[in-house]
Amino acid sequence: MLSFIGHRLLYLVPVLLAVSLLTFLIASLLPGDLAYVILGDQATPETVAALRRDLGLDRPVWWRYLSWLGHVLQGDFGRSFRTGQTVLQAVAERLPVSIELMLLAEIIGLAIGVPLAIVCAVKAGGAFDRFMTGTAFAMLSVPPFLSAILLIYLFAVELRWLPATGYVPFEEDPLGNLRCLVLPALTLAFAEWPGIMRVLRSDMIATLQEDYIAMAKAKGLKPARILFVHALKPSSLTLVTITGINIGRLIGGTLIVETIFALPGIGRLLVGALYSRDLIILQGVVLFVAAGFVVMNFIVDLLYAVLDPRIRHGHA
Amino acid sequence: MATLELEIDTAALSPVRRSRRAGMLFWLAIGWLATIAIVSIFAGVLLSHGPFDMDMLERRAPPSLSHWLGTDSLGRDELARLIHGARISLTVGLCAPMIGIAIGGGLGILAGYFRGRFETLVVGAMDVLLAFPPLVFALAVTAYLGQSLLYLTCILGVLGIPAFMRVARAATLSLAEREFVVAARALGASHARILLHELLPNVFLPLLAFFLLGVAVTIVVEGALSFLGLGVPPPVPSWGSMIGEGRESLEIAPRLAFIPAAAMFLTVLSFNLIGDTLRALTDPRQGAL
Repeated sequence: MLSFIGHRLLYLVPVLLAVSLLTFLIASLLPGDLAYVILGDQATPETVAALRRDLGLDRPVWWRYLSWLGHVLQGDFGRSFRTGQTVLQAVAERLPVSIELMLLAEIIGLAIGVPLAIVCAVKAGGAFDRFMTGTAFAMLSVPPFLSAILLIYLFAVELRWLPATGYVPFEEDPLGNLRCLVLPALTLAFAEWPGIMRVLRSDMIATLQEDYIAMAKAKGLKPARILFVHALKPSSLTLVTITGINIGRLIGGTLIVETIFALPGIGRLLVGALYSRDLIILQGVVLFVAAGFVVMNFIVDLLYAVLDPRIRHGHA
Repeated sequence: MATLELEIDTAALSPVRRSRRAGMLFWLAIGWLATIAIVSIFAGVLLSHGPFDMDMLERRAPPSLSHWLGTDSLGRDELARLIHGARISLTVGLCAPMIGIAIGGGLGILAGYFRGRFETLVVGAMDVLLAFPPLVFALAVTAYLGQSLLYLTCILGVLGIPAFMRVARAATLSLAEREFVVAARALGASHARILLHELLPNVFLPLLAFFLLGVAVTIVVEGALSFLGLGVPPPVPSWGSMIGEGRESLEIAPRLAFIPAAAMFLTVLSFNLIGDTLRALTDPRQGAL
């Protein structure tokens, strides 16, 4: 197990390095001179040249990359030239919002997907199963910004139950905070549950054929206990896998949902930096998100090893 | 014993018989896509309004004989914009995965056939590309390159490469040891001949099924970018940007957001349906999923 972790960690280093290089190259090789962006169109060539010297933009690319990487490794991701805020401050301020949103979405997604998968698996091929399988398939074709529009129209415009946009910090008003996050989290959950349900359903159908389930039935255990404890346990691996596969989509969805619902999270920071061409924030946040994504995938890999696949259906 | 268990499993995994209704849905999906394709190709002949013609006196007009789907908040004909939006969605949606299937598919077949260092390098490079959440990568590159149809297609195409590479490599790995490949090699066939005549025809079908799913994903990502105002630059209509604009008048005219939303949903669903049907045909193991 330890050697496995060590092996994966060793693999993590070159991937993270390559990610940082790619992030840097996107920012430096593509057109759009930082000095012009900072100074605006009215800048004289002299002031531009002076600023380029200050920023080190006149040096070769490899030198700039190494110096940038050196700063990043010391925890200095740079500072926005628009707000003066450092990238780390900006990220630290907004990360909790995004994490709260993603967790809520994942919980709602699981709360919808898991019970549905179990009910469908028990009566596989029945009317309800066919209806839900069809619905899940259709839901896979509904991107977050479509469900967001529908939910806003239904709950904010027509029923006026929930706010369409805005955010209240958790410390100020926990209930108001939840009210603001319900629609965004539901939007993301709508994209999550179909995948969870589809994979878990076929997993469960196989599990329910196992001898130990028949044994549990023979022992006279309650059906609910058999389904939710005995039959669900081997599928934990599947759930980890789906969650891992979906993280990238979840991050992308969070980005859009935060923009739609005006939530001050990482996604809105990124999109805001794009609109205002705040290239340093943009570079820092992209690196941060990509590195976080790599590390999360690493953790999923570890969990995968912990939940040894051979314990699943008795045969690999 | 093992074979017996396997039989039970496959029987259990496919309890839903492929009913005749699925077949009808498949043809409906093809019909919808054909309609969209024909209408957007002949948009110039079929439409009496241009997508940019503004009529300030007819802003957010309800559907009428002259404007079948009404007009948007600048008095532009909604139907004309919808159809011209379909052009963008279909162009990007079809061209971007072609980049992916050409580069990713090619790399995957080569990696799966030659193995060794080359495979490690390709898989590693793809891992780096996969390290970026797709939308974040697309946004970052758009920010620097600027917004245009060509750039958008290229970016989304590059994003599709890793997935196509994986599909092609997995298919090649299982095929490369099969009898017909070994036989071809024993007969003295060159690498190029084995790759092009033995492997490519067999890898092509799973790649094609995946291509259709790729089209669906690309249309969604293009829609998301345009929705955020970072896709094709305005005033060129795209379904995503129409939904984004329609969002502003959700209280007065929800139709403006819902019509392009419905069009996008049906199109994405159609590609998913066709792709899934083809995938089930080429990969019987996952038929029940």
